[in-house]
Amino acid sequence: MTEQMDAGFVAEQIAEHPEAVHKPYAGGELGRGRRRKEDAKLLTGQTNWTDNITLPGLLHMSVLRSPMAHARVLSVDVSPALEMPGVIAAYSGRDLADVQGSLPCAWPVTPEMVHPDHSPLAVDEVRYVGDGVAVVIARDRYAAADALEAIVVEYEQLPAVVDMEAALAEGAALVHSDKGTNACFTWPFAGGADYAETLAGHPDAVVVRRRFRQQRLLPSPMEPRSVVVAPIAAADDYTVYSSTQIPHILRVMLALVTGIGEHKIRVIAPDVGGGFGCKLNVYAEEVLALVVARKLGRPIKWTESRSEHYQATIHGRDQIQDIEIAATPEGTLLGLKVELLADMGAYLQLVTPGVPILGAFMFPAIYKMDAYSFTCTGVFTTKTPTDAYRGAGRPEATYAIERIMDELAAELGRDPMDLRKQNWIKHEEFPFEMVAGLTYDSGNYEAATELAEQMFDMTALRAEQAERRARQDPVQLGIGISTFTEMCGLAPSRVLGSLSYGAGGWEAAQIRMLPTGKVEVTSGATPHGQGHHTAWSQIVADALGVPFEDVEVITGDTDSSPKGMDTYGSRSLVVGGVAIHKATGKVIEKAKRVAAHLLEAAEGDVEFAGGTFTVKGSPEASLTIQQVALATFAAHNLPEGMEPTLDSDYVYDPENFSYPHGTHLCAVMIDTETGFTKIRKYVCVDDVGKIVNPVIVQGQIHGGLAQGIAQALYEEAVHDAEGNLITGSMVDYLIPSAADLPHFHTGRTETASTSNPLGVKGVGEAGTIASTPAVINAVVDALRPWGVDNIDMPATPERVWRAIHDDGTLRVPSGTVSYGGAQTAATSGGAA
Amino acid sequence: MARVSMKVDGVVYEDHVEPRTLLVHHLREKLGRVGTPVGCDTSNCGACILHVDGESVKSCSVLAVQADGADITTIQGLDGGEGTDGAWHPVQTAFQEHHGLQCGYCTPGMVMAAVDLLRTNPDPTEDEVRHGLEGNLCRCTGYVNIVKAVLSAASELRGQGAHRGSFQDAAPAQAQPAGARA
Amino acid sequence: MIPAPFEYVAPTSVADAVAALGEAGEDGKVLAGGQSLIPVLRLRLAFPSTLVDLRKVEELRGVRDDGDALVIGAMTRHDDVLRDPLVARHAALVVAATATVADPAVRHRGTFGGALAHADPAGDLAAVALALDASMVLEGPGGRRTVPASEFFVDYLETAMQPDEILVEVRVPKLQGQWGVHYEKFNRVAQAWAIVGVAVAVRRDNGSLAEARIGLTNMGATPVRARATEAALAGAPADVGSVKAAAASAADGTTPPSDLNGAADYRAHLARVLTARAVARAAGLTG
Repeated sequence: MTEQMDAGFVAEQIAEHPEAVHKPYAGGELGRGRRRKEDAKLLTGQTNWTDNITLPGLLHMSVLRSPMAHARVLSVDVSPALEMPGVIAAYSGRDLADVQGSLPCAWPVTPEMVHPDHSPLAVDEVRYVGDGVAVVIARDRYAAADALEAIVVEYEQLPAVVDMEAALAEGAALVHSDKGTNACFTWPFAGGADYAETLAGHPDAVVVRRRFRQQRLLPSPMEPRSVVVAPIAAADDYTVYSSTQIPHILRVMLALVTGIGEHKIRVIAPDVGGGFGCKLNVYAEEVLALVVARKLGRPIKWTESRSEHYQATIHGRDQIQDIEIAATPEGTLLGLKVELLADMGAYLQLVTPGVPILGAFMFPAIYKMDAYSFTCTGVFTTKTPTDAYRGAGRPEATYAIERIMDELAAELGRDPMDLRKQNWIKHEEFPFEMVAGLTYDSGNYEAATELAEQMFDMTALRAEQAERRARQDPVQLGIGISTFTEMCGLAPSRVLGSLSYGAGGWEAAQIRMLPTGKVEVTSGATPHGQGHHTAWSQIVADALGVPFEDVEVITGDTDSSPKGMDTYGSRSLVVGGVAIHKATGKVIEKAKRVAAHLLEAAEGDVEFAGGTFTVKGSPEASLTIQQVALATFAAHNLPEGMEPTLDSDYVYDPENFSYPHGTHLCAVMIDTETGFTKIRKYVCVDDVGKIVNPVIVQGQIHGGLAQGIAQALYEEAVHDAEGNLITGSMVDYLIPSAADLPHFHTGRTETASTSNPLGVKGVGEAGTIASTPAVINAVVDALRPWGVDNIDMPATPERVWRAIHDDGTLRVPSGTVSYGGAQTAATSGGAA
Repeated sequence: MARVSMKVDGVVYEDHVEPRTLLVHHLREKLGRVGTPVGCDTSNCGACILHVDGESVKSCSVLAVQADGADITTIQGLDGGEGTDGAWHPVQTAFQEHHGLQCGYCTPGMVMAAVDLLRTNPDPTEDEVRHGLEGNLCRCTGYVNIVKAVLSAASELRGQGAHRGSFQDAAPAQAQPAGARA
Repeated sequence: MIPAPFEYVAPTSVADAVAALGEAGEDGKVLAGGQSLIPVLRLRLAFPSTLVDLRKVEELRGVRDDGDALVIGAMTRHDDVLRDPLVARHAALVVAATATVADPAVRHRGTFGGALAHADPAGDLAAVALALDASMVLEGPGGRRTVPASEFFVDYLETAMQPDEILVEVRVPKLQGQWGVHYEKFNRVAQAWAIVGVAVAVRRDNGSLAEARIGLTNMGATPVRARATEAALAGAPADVGSVKAAAASAADGTTPPSDLNGAADYRAHLARVLTARAVARAAGLTG
């Protein structure tokens, strides 16, 4: 059958079923709380998790991991494993030394950065508990697990390097002895006036210092990582399925690491069960499965267990923050000085050194000030590498500034909200160039705060707090504020370039109009729970005027959506969504030409609205976009020289970041006898710009809050002095359940971003970034009568209890706490 | 190897398994019933919850041999929702309506736990729902919408009692013992 | 993770189970509900050669009234305990503590006897058994013997059971008279093990506290009785002040562990605070 006949046949069929191409667009897709297209498979157990994938002859890989934080590998004998039933192969790091390459770090933050080799399997030295030393390939996962026990490894123990400050001290044991130092990099940055000079110019300045610790966190998506490699070895051709956020980046990196041609690798991220940053990486097991599949010519699967995840998947946060803020006695901010130590862990993963740098721009937050000074030193330790965890740099910055604003307020005897209001950017001042060099495009902190305070009933809660304090109630009430902003939509490529990041920040989209008027959309943004398929359908339905149901979104496969920069940094909507919107514009432009041709009108007289092309002045002359799509497919009668397709591509590179913001208010009840903290009320008003789907947005906020609150109260990855992770399972790493978290009262304001045509800002990380300081500010507020001016996270019952007890006895509250107004009593204050 | 026979989502399967085979692995790897995922190795997360003889059970902490003779329902067999003509269970419907899922990995366990919760307590308070689901971790939703979905499904099920035999037959509400929790 | 291989038998009588355990030798292990054991096997923290599964031993299930005592079969599941009218009537403290064990799905598999035989001092039921002066009926090759709870818990995860003995049933003396009970569990997240737990049964008589039984969870290598507080409460006036004063000695003689969730001194403090609360609650002095 010729193409022409085929097209004609389809046209005939459709002519007999005209409803197929006359689907009206009901309108109102943008901003509509659509229920998600993704849910049907997820709710009925028909999801395609990587670990669900099975292939003929599939073999299973297991990884033998170092039980020591630091040791020389004297020998690895895998031969006993080969004697075990069902074992096909076993390799040590030395066996794979020629093919395994070195895992990439794409963010060399300074030219001098110490960048150690990172072989997927350790060859000579292991540098954290969980560092791989050998792999076994067996017929099933049970046999693969058993055979690990047979491998004999001789280690010579080396000193563990656990504490960052000790690691930097003279004579410290080295993580990488050939590098001569445990310092990975030092990254200084400054904005505005010189900090020291500014202070010198204000001898009456009030200066508050605190040391904050960002504890180590375990990202813990519910789906552990998994990878399946299907080789056609004879053709040196590979399909890699991985539970990853970044199939496109992974493809490039796997090619670079293994030397296999990029065009010979197809990466598929099937349904991915959460990532939160930890699946934004190129992992040892992805490389190992690939090189072993290549060696054996047989398909390989590796799936981690949860305890393996806790050792071998990146960790998050882990910084020591020395923060100093200076203000006039009247409370006007003068400057901010930030000194960070950031724990890299043993090696640099994909963006390990860049995480604290991303935060560097966010410490000044929403506040106007004259001077800003920042420096960060990355430190190697013999622990699992750190990398991006939801927020990546911005939660750390937001925590520090929002905490120290409360401390400054206490020092000044001011109401913490009042002090914020005095210093934040007023809505009429946007766009505003910040001291850190960013230009915030839009925002309205006043509006979000006003709504939040209404919802919270601040006045009543402060009154109750005063009463509880007056009667020395064993249960004390604390109120915490966080008026945060963040930068989303990573990122303008030129900005990434200026920060030495190894790639751009664009995103790609493609629209394909099918003959029957249905629409396929491919997006380089790769979802792992966010609801891209629903939101993208809404954007496309609205732009093209087609029914929501007629749009199909295709993601996560480098064959079918070949270009992309993937999903992280709250970028999908702000970059990927805009790319899709722009691609629809190209479709409409082409379709308009076809419509004008078919309607025998001048192109300038054809108008498009609600999925229908009409001619100015002759309302009876119209064609739906579906009719135009069919006519284009048939190609019987197209404008001269026009390609018979309405498809379009768009690669969008943002001009600026976007800056969501919001006001979060938290009230906690603290049982002073046990130290137990319970969140009594949590209110947040977020402004994430224009909203495509309010249901999804609210869900993102909720989930972010849970993770941010978890950092404040529950979660901490703890290592002992030998570098063993002693919170190595969900028994000890405490992820809160429904029974532990409160209801969240959410509200929103919508201040459109002026940086993109959709006016959107991004929402994936907002809740996490904002909530942690709100909770800790509330805890410290409750304890301030006892002179408490800081508490380490998580604020465990024991920590809270110790903060207000001496030798087991509750201290007598030592001072009144003033929130300004009539009261003028001195505060507990006291810089650390 | 031990011989096991069990009914899974209405189909009887007989197999030989190693005694150490976990029920969830047997279902996933031998029977191809991959709707039930595994999220941890310490029975904390609840992703693998299914029903054994009508009760919620963490299938990663049960051996296949212990389920010999059992009648197992997974998320794939809940109200026969696999095919295009299969009706969803009201809990499934409510999870979608209230956006009680994001990545969906905890969802099979969460739904199966919720169905069991409503079997024993058809009219729970918000607090009872939260505590009833304390053995299920979700990293995406912050639980608010899950709780909403379960409360909404509860009222739906109470209203539809006549159409839901399994719920009509269920034991009357079992109040949680007083003073159980700090 | 994946358990190492083992042999498996599922006998149908206690006698056969005892025989199977004897045959298995030192590395044999009883499988009850498996809710502690199977995770341990998955993490490869234990390598039993044989598991003797008691699930088919019908005589180990159920609760019966035996005059002065309630007899709870070792394989009675937590969920069954929670729903049992006899336990509710005669051993309400068991119900209160069982309701806090893990989560509903775990309670559908985990058993009363299994939890006691596991002897984790952080488990909720051991302190209850101790407080109620329960006794454990064990069967071994030489027949049955009864061990009081006070002698049953020997050390961390260690009981007076011989390797070839099986816990058959637990005799819980009925509380006679006007008793109030409460189990106060303190943990950081709902499904976690207790940092400290306090099991209390208290009898009121004419406006005073006639008698108190207090078992402490996770205040040592084994569950312990707060004897000094019990003594101080005997005959004390039924008011919160007296209860608090008595509870000041709740941690006396205990050797609590220090770990991630609390150092020993904090646990001792918690034991005092929580004991006061639990007694006051059990005595009906607070809501």
